[in-house]
Amino acid sequence: MSRPRLLNRDEASSGPTLDRELLVRIHDVMVKARVLEERLIQMYKQGHGFFWIGGPGEEAFNVPLGLLMKKGQGLDYDYLHAHYRQSATLLALGEEPIGAMRQMKNTASDPYSGGRNFAGHFSKKEWNIAPVSSPIEVQYSIAPGTAMAQKRHGGDGITIVTGGDAGTAEGDFATCLVWSSRPANPLPILIIVTNNKWGISTSADGQHGETNVADRGRAFNIRSKTINGNDPIESYNELKEAMEYVRKERKPFLLEARVSRLYGHSSASGANFVGNEMDCLKEFEAKLEKEGVLTRQQMDELRNRYTEDMAASARLVREEPLPAPETIWNHIFAEKK
Amino acid sequence: MANMAQAVRMALHYAEEHLGVMDIFGEDVGMPLGGVFTATQSLKTAWNSPLDERGIIGTAIGLAMAGQRPVAEIQFADYIYNTIDLLKIAGNTLWSTNGDWNLPMVVKTPVGSGIRGSIYHSHSFDATATHIPGWKIVMPSNPLDAYGLMISACQDLNPVMYLEPKALLRVKGEERIPGEPDDDRQLSKMIDAPLGDRSAWKPQWPALEAYAVPIGKGKVVREGTQVTVVSYGRTLPLCAKAADTLREEGVSVEVIDLRTLWPYDWDLLKSSIEKTGRVLYVNEDTEVTNFGEHLVRRTVEELFYKLLAPPRLLAGKFVPGIGLADTLEMASVPQQADVTQSIRSLAAEEP
Ligand SMILES: Cc1ncc(C[n+]2csc(CCOP(=O)(O)OP(=O)(O)O)c2C)c(N)n1
Repeated sequence: MSRPRLLNRDEASSGPTLDRELLVRIHDVMVKARVLEERLIQMYKQGHGFFWIGGPGEEAFNVPLGLLMKKGQGLDYDYLHAHYRQSATLLALGEEPIGAMRQMKNTASDPYSGGRNFAGHFSKKEWNIAPVSSPIEVQYSIAPGTAMAQKRHGGDGITIVTGGDAGTAEGDFATCLVWSSRPANPLPILIIVTNNKWGISTSADGQHGETNVADRGRAFNIRSKTINGNDPIESYNELKEAMEYVRKERKPFLLEARVSRLYGHSSASGANFVGNEMDCLKEFEAKLEKEGVLTRQQMDELRNRYTEDMAASARLVREEPLPAPETIWNHIFAEKK
Repeated sequence: MANMAQAVRMALHYAEEHLGVMDIFGEDVGMPLGGVFTATQSLKTAWNSPLDERGIIGTAIGLAMAGQRPVAEIQFADYIYNTIDLLKIAGNTLWSTNGDWNLPMVVKTPVGSGIRGSIYHSHSFDATATHIPGWKIVMPSNPLDAYGLMISACQDLNPVMYLEPKALLRVKGEERIPGEPDDDRQLSKMIDAPLGDRSAWKPQWPALEAYAVPIGKGKVVREGTQVTVVSYGRTLPLCAKAADTLREEGVSVEVIDLRTLWPYDWDLLKSSIEKTGRVLYVNEDTEVTNFGEHLVRRTVEELFYKLLAPPRLLAGKFVPGIGLADTLEMASVPQQADVTQSIRSLAAEEP
């Protein structure tokens, strides 16, 4: 391990800093995730997909989340009930980017849904990644179930649920707060809200009276915090602390991360770059360069390499067949074999 | 003999002991009440949830994702409507993940008229439930089937909707549940919680045996040659009684208890309709886009040339609810006289 480096001294980023190896790793996955999303947008715009939605702008939060998760299948490992902006979390867990492209192109080889579901709608039972579903916030009603099973099972596996700020107006968010903090059975669940200040086109300012979404935890005696999700170091440290609390205390924690939405809501709003949002990758790279962790050239090379790799993957995916029409009848019911 | 509420309770006890059920939950499902119809009374894994139907269905999905076998209750089917998108998710998760995540969960909920429940305690749910792919849907009409269907539901790898006809929950069966004692009073003493303070009371469960009614299998409850009547739930005993009455008038009626609405036993229906040439479907959900309409359509498409009369549907009136007054309830959903008369007129119809 290399010696811890101080980053952000002047900007007083919270918590201890991270060692060089980890910084490089976080940066690597952030770049990979950004390039993947830009590739997916391009695929969509070229007509190689019907709809794009994803998370460029949320990498600084989503990468640390994936790196910190206890990955595996079953109650001893963490469950993730994600929403549709979390390709970076999946990549941080070790997922190959080509899977997201296959889902974009809705090929039979799409590992998450076999060509049945939208981009960003990941699912992987092998790693406890619960299926992402389009109705927003329903994951907040579902997550207490896995947390309850984990609580009974013992061990230190936890349930993590994420969603957007606009969606917290849905009853499912209240459901999650209520069910996680029942005095009869408090649950080991990390409740995350990635707050980008927007619904599709509706600003939070006009709809949400609470100062911070995290304040809603207080009413339920749920420990909660609002953090800058655009800073990967702060995200890493805060997530680590929150996860340790949930793992050890077997109680809920509500974490609100302020993030950016760099390409608008989705292809429904054009999927064009938005100039006035903070770009977490750009900021992070400036810091890494300033601190001498990586050079501009190294970072450019990395991005070029991923860009080429993913262009090659996209070409491959383009040739892959769509699911056969008769497969609509597959997997309606699971039956004992 | 046990009544249906006791039968459900005994099946759930069996499922706790032998089938890995560790959560039976919903509003007022745990003690001291044990469910508003006592179907979950004194079960060791029954617990009270917040008054939140979305939380109940969502948590059941999550538990099933975590490999558990939850049995969730919605207190009355009338209150399940605000969970409809979650029910849809439970039904489509296996399909949308291309076979990755199956959800072994049971949702039980009392349905239909018969307790003078007025507008919001009388809804049927069969038409809506059968409109949500990916669910298996069962509805018993007697205690033994209630027992056997619940055991099958708790063994299934998929979401199963278990509809309890509330009018029949207190009706005793004619067949014994394997393991239940001969004497009804003795059974009641063993498993029904006393009134008043129940804190120290413990049930004494009879040595119940495995008995499963397979999902997807209907049953001929009256054999006959002239008319086929297909029903389930509350209206089934009405159909059986009508068949008995009409037999005395010289009309031979075959009555089929569908028991599973999805996937339903078409082979059984088909062979009966081919034999009789006449069919009446009876249920009490509202008649517009009723599940029986689907059965009529399939009958017409596949068996048209075998029919001696148009297939018919006797169902609830398409009105916004069931009014409290006895006269209103009786007029809204099929009653004994309606059933008997419908069969009689169908039997008499000549091409
Ligand atoms: C239940 C439901 N209502 C409406 C929509 C349409 N919709 C999709 S995303 C979205 C906005 C979500 O905003 P937010 O929760 O802040 O998440 P973000 O997309 O900003 O990450 C809406 C209204 C939906 N998918 N589901």
